[in-house]
Amino acid sequence: MSVPQPAMLGGNTRPSLARLLAVLGPLLALLLLWVGFGVAVALNADADTINRWSFFGIANQKLMLEQSAIVIVAACGMTMIIVSGGIDLSAGSVIALSSVVAALALRAGWGPCAAVGAAIATGAVAGAINGAIVSWGRLVPFIVTLGMMGVARGLAKGFAGNQSVNFEDDHLAVLMHTPRSGPNSSLFVQVLGVAPGVWIALGLVLLTALLMSRTVFGRYIYALGSNEAAARLCGISVQRTKFFIYALAGAAVGLGGALETARLSVGDPSTAAGRELDVIAAVVIGGASLAGGTGTVFGAAIGALITAVLRSGSQQMGWPTYVQEIIIGLVIVLAVAVDRLRQRRRD
Amino acid sequence: MSDRLVMSGIAKSFGATRALECVDLAVGAGASLALIGENGAGKSTLMKILTGAIRPDGGRMVLDGQPFAPHGPLDARNHGVAIVHQELAIAAELTVAENVLLGALPTRGGFTDLKKQRALAFAALDQLGCGELVDVRRAGDLPIAQQQLVEIARAIAAGPRLLVLDEPTSSLTAEDVQRLFTALRRLKAGGVSLIYISHFLEECRAIADRFAVIRDGRTISTGAMADVTETQIITAMVGREMADIYPRTPHTIGEPLLEVRGLQGRHKPRAADLTLRKGEVLGLFGLVGAGRSETLRTLFGLDQVTGGAVDLRGRPALRSTPRRRLAAGMGLLSENRKEEGLLLGRSIADNLTLTKLSPYVRAGLISGRRQRAAASGWMEKLGVKARDPAQAIGELSGGNQQKVAIARLLHHGTDLLLLDEPTRGIDVGAKAHVYRLIGELAASGAAIVVASSYLPELIGVCDTIAVMCRGRLGTARTVGEWGATPAEASHKILAAAIGQEE
Repeated sequence: MSVPQPAMLGGNTRPSLARLLAVLGPLLALLLLWVGFGVAVALNADADTINRWSFFGIANQKLMLEQSAIVIVAACGMTMIIVSGGIDLSAGSVIALSSVVAALALRAGWGPCAAVGAAIATGAVAGAINGAIVSWGRLVPFIVTLGMMGVARGLAKGFAGNQSVNFEDDHLAVLMHTPRSGPNSSLFVQVLGVAPGVWIALGLVLLTALLMSRTVFGRYIYALGSNEAAARLCGISVQRTKFFIYALAGAAVGLGGALETARLSVGDPSTAAGRELDVIAAVVIGGASLAGGTGTVFGAAIGALITAVLRSGSQQMGWPTYVQEIIIGLVIVLAVAVDRLRQRRRD
Repeated sequence: MSDRLVMSGIAKSFGATRALECVDLAVGAGASLALIGENGAGKSTLMKILTGAIRPDGGRMVLDGQPFAPHGPLDARNHGVAIVHQELAIAAELTVAENVLLGALPTRGGFTDLKKQRALAFAALDQLGCGELVDVRRAGDLPIAQQQLVEIARAIAAGPRLLVLDEPTSSLTAEDVQRLFTALRRLKAGGVSLIYISHFLEECRAIADRFAVIRDGRTISTGAMADVTETQIITAMVGREMADIYPRTPHTIGEPLLEVRGLQGRHKPRAADLTLRKGEVLGLFGLVGAGRSETLRTLFGLDQVTGGAVDLRGRPALRSTPRRRLAAGMGLLSENRKEEGLLLGRSIADNLTLTKLSPYVRAGLISGRRQRAAASGWMEKLGVKARDPAQAIGELSGGNQQKVAIARLLHHGTDLLLLDEPTRGIDVGAKAHVYRLIGELAASGAAIVVASSYLPELIGVCDTIAVMCRGRLGTARTVGEWGATPAEASHKILAAAIGQEE
């Protein structure tokens, strides 16, 4: 016998307000941080600083966007996984692995597009292996992807012969570098002339958002994360859906790897160590619950930007890196605590 | 005889729902009271108030002449009020002795005192006539019936003045029930007062001196058990005539839709046979653990099949998945609405249409507007009370949630419905609604299996009833074939359910 739940009928607008807040909350936090750091940097600047408001300048915005592009790309996949109730700890290692693969492809004389394709395929295969073991092997994602974290890192080092992979190609690097625009360029070019990687990230965010909110597959992702048993009862092929989630997410991570190669202009097998935690943090700051069922890719992108603003702001305040690390750590806990509070009020 | 406990004018609301309006009851020292009421009548809430799990909004309690207002389960326990819950709470990895003394493990110098622990646990278990269990290393290895005894021993170990037993026999065999009753009588003789909650009126009669019937959060009638007939109690419980609660829609039974022969699951069922025809409502009765749910789940492809034959619409289809079963027009309503049936955080529309989203997809994208419009139609048809289809389903009452869960099967177009405890945890009004719906579906040619541990509802709505006992499914018979009167039929069915079919 269960206690009857209070039925909320009519004239109650709180749930929709709560939903609005869930979306706007992280955005509001981003804005506050951005304004706060901009003002703080200006007040903190020496008297002889040429432009004390440089934090708000276009160049700084571009820099922050470019710094978060790779995390955002990987977060598109991570959001799907976390919303479905899983986790991927191998993202950082898979970025390194696919980055090395892209670099090797370029060194072997492949074109930049083929190299990006190879990186994406590498990520997709790693994700598919994760997905297959999670769904058909019935092992928990934490363990499976923890294993993949080691395997992918090892493979990256093995393929690269334990050193950086150099290559002769300038085309790929274009993806992650701000296009040159002189003082005479139009404002249009000055504003929109960010590294193409940022546009790729934006495109992927839109695509993932559409996939998650408007397709049957997307509904299944939320259904799985909300209640896996109910999803099975409703005839959703839980295993197949999980497999595709991990494989797709892997492809996104692979694309992140290609961008990493572009950013570094070299294939570095030891890069992106711990990056999976930045990605998970972005998704969680963006309002996703690690229990699954809630979260949006827009939120994740905002989460990534929040960390970028924190990094850039702390740097320009002249704070040492360890302070940044402490602050970002606190922000993650704070974001989740606020989320908890919001949910408890809803219940 | 002096009163051990007096509860008067107890009231409690959850949000807009009044769970308890005004409940009065009294138990004498060394006496026992049967607390009787339907699911949702407020028994559990009342017992939660008594044991300090929740606070009442109004009313007062007096324990042995002292005002009693426990501010937590531990406080209630310290005052000598203990409860044995319906759901087992056994720590499977701990020893039986540790389980019995959980929360009050004797220590010496900061370490557990094994000798004292064994002695205390033995004393409690011995009162129940099962002292030999004290040396079992892993409580999880015990059969359910004995785990139940361990659970009761835990309540006794605290030396209570008042012991509440909430459906303690639902997982016990007839033999264990007798053993339990012997132990309870011994406790009573020792001055312990009992509040006994059970659906089985015979049990209430066997153990209790007095009864209290509560309905819709009020005490409806109280008195001495010896002065009252079962019919009087049932009338007090339901508060209306049978015909109002179990509305019947005339329906005709057609050709077989589903034939099951020797169906076997991993543990249960063991060789289940059944035939389900168009327009038939088949009841599946059994006590908790008999294997009703497992039979339905195995049929639906959720649990593994290990043998037998299933013919669905004349085609062999033994092994399957929920996906294929749904495609073949078979739907399952889970007994466990919250854990398995629904996506509580998602909207009504999502929950209602999840099995079949294709009608709302254009060019690969779902139209939320169409989806909500369709959901609205079904909500209206089934009388779901909610703000709008976008409302999260977790905010609805149990009855409305259940209606959405049923609407999902209808939306999918299933005409072979396996309903597992379709009225669990919903109020009387919603129950009548569900019963009417079952009749209407049968009249429209659907075939329905209703699995339940609540016999009156099966007798009220089903054409035929089959009984499960320890994983075996008996032959389906009409109520008339079970017995000349409903009372006689109930008796025979219950006897079959506890494995004493003559």
